[in-house]
Amino acid sequence: MSTLTDNMPKEPLVPNKLSTPKPIKPWKATPKQLLPDFLGAIVAVVTSLVVVAFSPMAGILGFILTFIVISIITAASISGIRQDRKAAANSVSTMVIYFLAAFVLLPVVSIIFEIIRKGAPGLSFGIFFDDMSVTASDAPLSEGGLLHALVGSLYVVVLATIVSIPIGILTALYLTEVKGRAAGTVRFFVQAMSGVPSIVAGLFIYAVWMISLGGTYTTAAGSLALAILMIPTVARTAEEVLKLIPTDLREAGLALGATQWKTVALVVIPAARSGLITAVILGTARVAGETAPLLLTIGGNDAMNWNPLSGNNSALPFYVWKNFGLGTETGADRAWTGIFVLMVVVMIFFSIARVLGNKKG
Amino acid sequence: MHDQPVSILENPVNPVPTKVPEPREITTEPRLSDRVFRTVVSSGGFISLVVLGLISLFLLYEGLNIFRSEGLSFITSFEWVAESIENGTEASYGIGAMLYGTLVIGFIGLFFGFPLALGAALFLSYYAPEWLKKPMVLVIDIMAAIPSIVFGLWGYFVLMPQAEEWARLINKYLGFIPIFSMPGDFYTRSPFIAGLVLAVMIIPIITSISREVFAQTPLDRIQAAYALGATRWSMIRAVVIPYGKGGVIGGAMLGLGRAIGETVAVYTVLNLVYDIRPEIFLSAGGSVASLIVNKFGEATPPELKALMAAGFVLFIVTLAVNFLANAIINRTARQG
Repeated sequence: MSTLTDNMPKEPLVPNKLSTPKPIKPWKATPKQLLPDFLGAIVAVVTSLVVVAFSPMAGILGFILTFIVISIITAASISGIRQDRKAAANSVSTMVIYFLAAFVLLPVVSIIFEIIRKGAPGLSFGIFFDDMSVTASDAPLSEGGLLHALVGSLYVVVLATIVSIPIGILTALYLTEVKGRAAGTVRFFVQAMSGVPSIVAGLFIYAVWMISLGGTYTTAAGSLALAILMIPTVARTAEEVLKLIPTDLREAGLALGATQWKTVALVVIPAARSGLITAVILGTARVAGETAPLLLTIGGNDAMNWNPLSGNNSALPFYVWKNFGLGTETGADRAWTGIFVLMVVVMIFFSIARVLGNKKG
Repeated sequence: MHDQPVSILENPVNPVPTKVPEPREITTEPRLSDRVFRTVVSSGGFISLVVLGLISLFLLYEGLNIFRSEGLSFITSFEWVAESIENGTEASYGIGAMLYGTLVIGFIGLFFGFPLALGAALFLSYYAPEWLKKPMVLVIDIMAAIPSIVFGLWGYFVLMPQAEEWARLINKYLGFIPIFSMPGDFYTRSPFIAGLVLAVMIIPIITSISREVFAQTPLDRIQAAYALGATRWSMIRAVVIPYGKGGVIGGAMLGLGRAIGETVAVYTVLNLVYDIRPEIFLSAGGSVASLIVNKFGEATPPELKALMAAGFVLFIVTLAVNFLANAIINRTARQG
């Protein structure tokens, strides 16, 4: 017995505290290796400042251009001297791609910044409770409001959604569940349909609704034009979502003796529900800001119109367009405020779609 | 207890012999509910085809008289004059200048937008650190969600004053090249500015298509290139670009299609002139889509027909560009 205890290790075989080894990255550059790059960056900044100060390249634009050129040259020469021509080419391309990517972000930042800077001052509670029916177009922003446009937008978007949900989802079901003989053709045409210019959708509805059927400007006509633009977005996103549903689920449903209809209705669609909602909301976000088709179909209005089936109506993009078109200072201010509200609406839809889309299951 | 399965027939608890049900007939014939389901879904699936067909049919029908009376000159002529009894002018409709202008601003947009979008796609696929990828993709998605009228107003109020300065600078140093020359001092609302706005607008679609294509590049080939000692750039040049070339070109064409059909943003920043001018900085450009918005408000019924005809041409051109682009992208996606 005693020999056994002697042979036992002093410490338990499984230590109470598991010591996780620190991950090491031997390939990571040491500070010493990074030094030339740091020096290069400093040299590039200083040289560009000097060049801008003593040359006709003035202003921020001049500095940016000089900085880009000089930093590319510096990067190339550093890796060219330390290694070879291949490394120099790699450095040049890396710098170029970093700059290109940075320039892509620039306009978005500028747009969001300007919308807030120019649109926020015009915001007040009043604009959400008043329309423009008794307000002169050059009246100060404290008078009048965009309630009529907000309601009009709500109408067109909701009606367009009602029209395009069934068509979009049926198209997606045809492509993924029925997989008919024409599935390839349908997919191809749906792709092409997402490229239809928005103005053409407006013209088409005008040709059908106003010219052939003798109708007048209405909210319903506008929403039909938007539905044409919304269907491909809904269909394509819904198709992607349905494709992600495992085939096992479908086979399990069929193996239990369910018909295809039951399988789709009770298994596939519930499994894909949040994704399908995402598809619809993405489509909504796309058409909420469409302007061109509405210019040709809803006619514009400065007062509230609660009836979607008759009479002119306005919408947020239309409101922006109209006030911008006035060419006056207050008109521009109203337009920016309208854009602020429009962007908030679009971003709300967009965020809901993102959150739902990222949710698993 | 249940060591052995007890057959129903020998069930001691219930000695009454149960009747064995007749085996059902096995059939591959779909039930009635499935037949209805498939019919409904299929007809729903064909609606987009029908809508596309109806669009071309209606616009063609409305514009047919104009196509008949104007003939080929509808495409080539630069004049757009509505019939007026007071002035005694005869109607003449031609969208030649507008078509040319559309292509000019489309290609200016592509010239600036394509490198930026390609750079962003390469950055996101092969350069960006992990923490930067998600926010940047988010920003590009937001960019795609910004309505075109916002781009229009931003272009007019924010970009235009800047772009005019850039145009002046380029004109100062490169003015001897015909396209950069300037007969007067008319830098506002030029095709150059419209092209810049379009460039920003088409970046998201080109970036996302290119990213999709790059993501399909076979990993073993990428790793093979690295294993052979390639730098990141050599790997991209040797593996990624050859593999994704078709898809990237298709993405650029999709962007061009968007640019051709863009209406509101272009109309806001472009001065429509019924003439073909080589100078891209001059305040004189054209765009078929903008022409429709411009003339629609006070169009006489025959002029409206001419606008329908213009819409038909625009529809066919964008459809053709999109078909071609999608065909190229799909072919690239399928290759091994």
